[in-house]
Amino acid sequence: MKKKNSPWANVYLALILILLYLPILVVVLFSFNSNPGRTANFQFEGFSLQWYEALFNPASGYGGPLMTSVTIAVWSVLLSAILGTLGAIGLVRRPVKKSILGRAGNAALSLGEQVAVLPIMIPELILGIALMALFTLMKLPFGMITLVLSHVVFCVPYIFITVRGRLSSLDPGLEEAARDLGATPLKVLTTITLPLAMPAVVSGCLLAFAMSMDDFVISFFVNGPQTNTLPLKIYSSVKVGVPPHVNALCTLMLAAVFMIVGLSQLWQARTQKRLKRDEKQAARARAMSAN
Amino acid sequence: MPEKKVLLSLRGLHKTFDTQEAVAGIDLEVYEGEFITLLGPSGCGKTTTLRIIAGLEMPSSGSVFLDGKDITRLAPEKREVNTVFQNYALFPHMNVYKNIAYGLTLRGVDKNIIKQKVDEMLDLTQLKGYEKRMPSQLSGGQRQRVAIARSLILSPKLLLLDEPLGALDLQLRRQMQQELKQMQRTLGITFIYITHDQEEAITMSDRIALMRAGRFVQLDTPRGLYEQPRTAFAASFIGETNLLTATAQAAKDDEVLLDIAGFTLPCTCTDWVTPGEKLLLSLRAERLHLSKTPVPVPCCRVTGELVHTQYAGGERLSVVSLPDGQTLRVRTSTETDQDLAPGATVYCWWNQESGVLVRDDREEA
Repeated sequence: MKKKNSPWANVYLALILILLYLPILVVVLFSFNSNPGRTANFQFEGFSLQWYEALFNPASGYGGPLMTSVTIAVWSVLLSAILGTLGAIGLVRRPVKKSILGRAGNAALSLGEQVAVLPIMIPELILGIALMALFTLMKLPFGMITLVLSHVVFCVPYIFITVRGRLSSLDPGLEEAARDLGATPLKVLTTITLPLAMPAVVSGCLLAFAMSMDDFVISFFVNGPQTNTLPLKIYSSVKVGVPPHVNALCTLMLAAVFMIVGLSQLWQARTQKRLKRDEKQAARARAMSAN
Repeated sequence: MPEKKVLLSLRGLHKTFDTQEAVAGIDLEVYEGEFITLLGPSGCGKTTTLRIIAGLEMPSSGSVFLDGKDITRLAPEKREVNTVFQNYALFPHMNVYKNIAYGLTLRGVDKNIIKQKVDEMLDLTQLKGYEKRMPSQLSGGQRQRVAIARSLILSPKLLLLDEPLGALDLQLRRQMQQELKQMQRTLGITFIYITHDQEEAITMSDRIALMRAGRFVQLDTPRGLYEQPRTAFAASFIGETNLLTATAQAAKDDEVLLDIAGFTLPCTCTDWVTPGEKLLLSLRAERLHLSKTPVPVPCCRVTGELVHTQYAGGERLSVVSLPDGQTLRVRTSTETDQDLAPGATVYCWWNQESGVLVRDDREEA
C-alpha cells in the first residue's frame, strides 16, 4: 500500500525544513559563539558557553522577568483550565430543547461556541489595544492582574478546543449509564466526564502555557510599570543590536517550548497507543474464546 | 395460579420527537419476576419506551408507575431500575472491578461489603481473574458480562436490557441467552428485554410485546404469539408464515368456511363474518404437509403444482402454486422425505387449528 515518494519530494521537504529552521539554527549557533562582539558582525570564532554564564549571572537581570512570566503563565493556565474545561463540557453536553425559547438558546450557545475560539484568530495587536482600552476604562491598575486576565483571554481557546474535541468523541451513553447507576449530575462530572477529559485538559494546558510564556504583543499593551515579562525584557535588550546572551536565552526558551509541546504530543500519542494495544488484546481474547 | 403482583405499569405513554411519534400510546403491566420482551423492527419505539422507564427520556404524555409509585418525573439516579445498554457503556477509565463497584461506591457502601458483593458478581458472571482488566482489554462477551454485573450488583427491582446480545456472534449469543435466562430465574429479578430477534424473544420470554410504529401489535406469551397471531404483521414477523387471501362463504357457530383458490376450507373463527368478506389466513410453513397421493382426506387440503423444492438437511423447503396463483411455502421434515420433483401435482394439507385468521395490517404504518 505504501507509495514510494519521488526523490524530488525529499528535496522539497529538505528545502522547507531549511527555510523553517535556518534562522533558529543561527540563533542556537551564535549562542555558543566565543566572539565577544554583537551578532551583527556574523563571525563564528569558536565554541564557548560564556553567554550562558552571562545569562545566569544575577547581574544580567533576567531572573525577575522569568519569574514574572512563569507566575503569569501558571495563573492564567489554571484559570483558563477551569473556564475552558467547564465551558467545553457545558457546550458539548447541552440538552437539546425543542421549544422556541430552547432553540433560540441553542442558537445563542452555538454562536457562543464560535465566539469562544475567536481570541486566537483576532490579530494580537487589536486584542492588545482592546484589552488596554478596557482596563483603562475599568480603572484597573496595569500590572500582574491585567497581564493574567489578558493571558486568560487567549489561553482559554486552546484548552476549550482540545477538551471539546475529546468530549465530542466520547460516548454520551457513558454519562447516561452513570446516571442510571445512581450518580447525580455532579457525581457524573467528577467521576466520569472530568477523568475522561483529563488527557485533553493536560495537553491543552501545556499548549496554553507555551503560548503564555511566549506572548509579547498583548503583554506589551497591558504591562504595568512594576512588571516585566521575559519576552518584554528580551525586546528591550535587543533595541540596539542583539547582545549574544539573548541568543543563549532564546535557545533555552526554544528548548523549553519544544519540550512542552513535545510532551503534550507524546501524552496524546501514548493514549492512542494504549488504546490500540488494548484493542489488539481484546481481539486476541475474542479469537481465543471463539476456539 | 397465585395472584401476580404488578411491579411496573405504563399508562398511555406517548413520546414525540419533533414531528415523529416514537411511542404512540402504550399501556403495559409488568409482573414481579417476569421476563418480558419488547420485540419489533428497528425504529418501532422499543428503545424509547425503555429509556422512558429508565428515566433517560421524559414521555410527552402518560405516566410510569413502579411499585405503585408514580416515577414519571423522577431522575434516573433515583429509580430502582438499572439498564444494560446496547453498546455496554462501560467506563473506559475504570477496570472491571471499579466498573462493577461503581454503583455501590456512589452509595457510600463499606469497602469490605463492596469487595464481597463484587466477588459474588464476578462469580455469577464468570469473570473471576479479570478484575484488573480495562474494558478495552475484554472481548465482546466479557464486556457484556461486566455490564450485566454492574447493574445486577445494585439488586434493582427491574432490569432493563437494550439488545444486550446484539453485538455478539451467533454462538456466543446462544450461550449468553441461556446464561441470562438462568440468572433471571435464580435472582428472581424482573427483566424487560429488548430485541429485534424473534427467535431470542420466543426462547427467553414469559411474555412478548410485539411492537410496530410506537404501538403494541400484540402482547402475548411466546406460544400465543406464535400459534395465534392476531394480525398479518404478527404472523409474518415471528416464524415463517403463508398469508392466503380467502373469501368467506358461510359461517356457523365458531367456524367459517373459506374459499381459497376454489377449495372450500373450514377455519375456526369466533368473530362475526359476513359471506363474501375478504379474509387473510395465516398458515405456518412447518405446519403444512405435502404428499403426492391424496392422503386420507383431512378437512383442510388443497391441490397445487410443486414449483420448487430444495433439500436443506433436516428439512425440505417446497413452494406450491395454487390454481389462482397464490403460493405456499412448505417446510417438511426430511425424515419422511418423498421423491418430489418440480412440476408434479401435490396435495397440501394441515390441521384445522393450524390455520389462523388474521387482521390485514400490511398496509398500515
